[in-house]
Amino acid sequence: MSLVNIKIEGVPYQVDSSLTILEAAKKCGYEIPSLCSFNHGECNVGSCRVCLVEATGARGLVASCVYPVSEGMEIRISTPKATEARRRSVELMLSNHNMNCQQCEKNGHCELLHVAQITGAREGAFAGVRSETYLDELAPGLIRDTSKCILCGRCIARCSNAHGLGILGFENRGFKTVVGPAENRSFADSPCIQCGQCVNVCPTGALMEHSEIYKVDKAFAEGKHVIVQAAPAVRAALGEEFGYPVGTPVTGKMTAALRRLGFERVYDVNFGADLTIMEEGTELLHRLTEGGVLPMITSCSPGWINYAEYNYGDLLPHLSSCKSPHQMQGAIIKSYWAQQHNVDPKDVFVVSVMPCVAKKFERQREQEMVDGLYDVDAVITTRELARMIRRAGIIFNRLPDEDWDQDIMGDYSGAAVIFGVTGGVMEAALRTVYYKLTGKEHDKITFDEVKGHDAGIREASLDINGTVVNVAIASGMKSAKILLDDIRAGKSKYHFIEIMGCPGGCINGGGQPYIRPSLMPNEADDILDTYKEKRAKALYSEDERQVVRQSHNNPQIIELYEKFLGEPNSHKAHELLHTTYAAREGFNEVKR
Amino acid sequence: MAKLSASATAKILEICDRYTDEKTPLMMILSDIQNEYGYIPLEVQELVSARTGISVAEIYGVVTFYSFFSLTPKGKYIVGCCLGTACYVKGAQQIIDKFSEVLGIQPGETTADGLFTLDALRCIGACGIAPAVSISGQVYPKMSVDKVKAIVDDYRAKEGAAA
Repeated sequence: MSLVNIKIEGVPYQVDSSLTILEAAKKCGYEIPSLCSFNHGECNVGSCRVCLVEATGARGLVASCVYPVSEGMEIRISTPKATEARRRSVELMLSNHNMNCQQCEKNGHCELLHVAQITGAREGAFAGVRSETYLDELAPGLIRDTSKCILCGRCIARCSNAHGLGILGFENRGFKTVVGPAENRSFADSPCIQCGQCVNVCPTGALMEHSEIYKVDKAFAEGKHVIVQAAPAVRAALGEEFGYPVGTPVTGKMTAALRRLGFERVYDVNFGADLTIMEEGTELLHRLTEGGVLPMITSCSPGWINYAEYNYGDLLPHLSSCKSPHQMQGAIIKSYWAQQHNVDPKDVFVVSVMPCVAKKFERQREQEMVDGLYDVDAVITTRELARMIRRAGIIFNRLPDEDWDQDIMGDYSGAAVIFGVTGGVMEAALRTVYYKLTGKEHDKITFDEVKGHDAGIREASLDINGTVVNVAIASGMKSAKILLDDIRAGKSKYHFIEIMGCPGGCINGGGQPYIRPSLMPNEADDILDTYKEKRAKALYSEDERQVVRQSHNNPQIIELYEKFLGEPNSHKAHELLHTTYAAREGFNEVKR
Repeated sequence: MAKLSASATAKILEICDRYTDEKTPLMMILSDIQNEYGYIPLEVQELVSARTGISVAEIYGVVTFYSFFSLTPKGKYIVGCCLGTACYVKGAQQIIDKFSEVLGIQPGETTADGLFTLDALRCIGACGIAPAVSISGQVYPKMSVDKVKAIVDDYRAKEGAAA
């Protein structure tokens, strides 16, 4: 690293020579507005022209996000020329933008609106022809509305470079350019896995989750028994929507809010996670001892399931047949719970609060249905829950801390909480598999070898009472692909693999609150590097606080098997808690 | 997706493999395919994607960015009307409109019988003979609206005789 001397607004600084003007300015305490530049150059195409500044040695104004600093450079941000140019850039964008901000669900998190305010851009400064626009609402998880797209390319970079999918791209040219799947298809007609990572990075309302709040409203209006269940990762991030620092667990306030929203029962999906471990752990033991298909791969992440069905149809027998935790719990609510409370399952409406948009697709899978009923009737994201809380006038920060309902289900172990972070399902499963193989609990309780919070592959080899179990963990499809190609080539040495669709696992799911450094002045400068770790810590700390740390020791799980299911992988368990998969064509035949 | 024939699949894979040493082989692969088949439909892009590891979205982006590439089959005769500045001031818009009327297609489209594709070209460097039209390499100088029908009829007659 070598240093160069620069001046910003006449004040001298020494900065790393590898930085762009935008990055150097940030280090020196200046936030130059920008849209297309994101996450240390994950996306950096210099296309939005919002970050224009004056710099000596350059001809005219320069896009500070792509222009490197150099020795002796003098940078001016707030000259009349630069200020005017930045405002014009934003005004040009606004002239081709659908300005129905009051009904846009990105409002409050919209970076275009933010830079418009900062630069003083006016709507209607330029009038003229507008681009033809497209609205794709066919996919259960995602909506693409090109009338809001500013062609910054962040979603393309996230989908392709960070995630290895490459569903989104620029197509056509000039005024006709749009961002979308090839042929401007719907997400539903492309091999998109609906993980929603693109939604997380979109600066405007061009990419959004497909909201299901209206379904919840309807169920209340119809007088159904509306029961809510929330996933572990939600509690680690919901607080961000109400001004809490990233990584603050808000379990107590969330349950209080859910109760005030009118839900008849407020359950933790962690109970379903414990149930998943009982089923999946048993399945793994069977496969290990009876020569089943190995490695077995987890099936909790619907984004990953979509990816497998599109790209690795030949490897589907490796997937655990277990439904994901919220689907299992939904099935139990509509059977065991309904039976215990003498309610017709048809009158029960199960709402899942998820960090995920692919769950909206998963809940509608035919293979998951039991007796013609969905296990789960609506999936809302962490962000949608925040919207419902605000709509209801609930002052979240002043809520008391309440607990989950734990009448006949809802008790949970620490093992279940960590499902929300990459490596968590693996660790939870190992705690139970260790017990089943040795007859005693793992002394240390935790398996720190598999812990993590980021994308990439981790592996461990465990000797459990003479049985060697090789495990691997991957999150994000780019990492998963490496493990899958090895299996396909017959080179895989693993017995058990955990795969999560989103890099870092559910804490970084496509339904989680947006991380927007420019809109989070109270967070540290490097929040984009640390938010996953902070959210993961919130979950690991809840695991440590739990008295029961293993799924098989959850008393209500034991009772559920005694009273209702029999034993793990029983006939009844298979009917309710297991599912099947089928290979799918990525670009299916579309009638146009 | 409609499936490609075994021979087409083999040919496209062979084209992909010609450029394995190139850092950015996509343009060369697509040019060869365009020359070989006259168009690059999505099925072919999927195959190129699987072979090269370049995403379908990126390939589609390149195909739709450059007007040299086509997603649909081109006609046997490509009627290129120059709409460059010199041709334009000499009335090229009326010429292309007339071709559009006679052929019954819009610029960029191909006639149902597969004979003609109508293209609007930017300057083809023949300003001295404006307005110029180029039909599959044959240049028609100093075009006028009343010549259009006769030219099209000539090609149709030639095809009729050959058939």
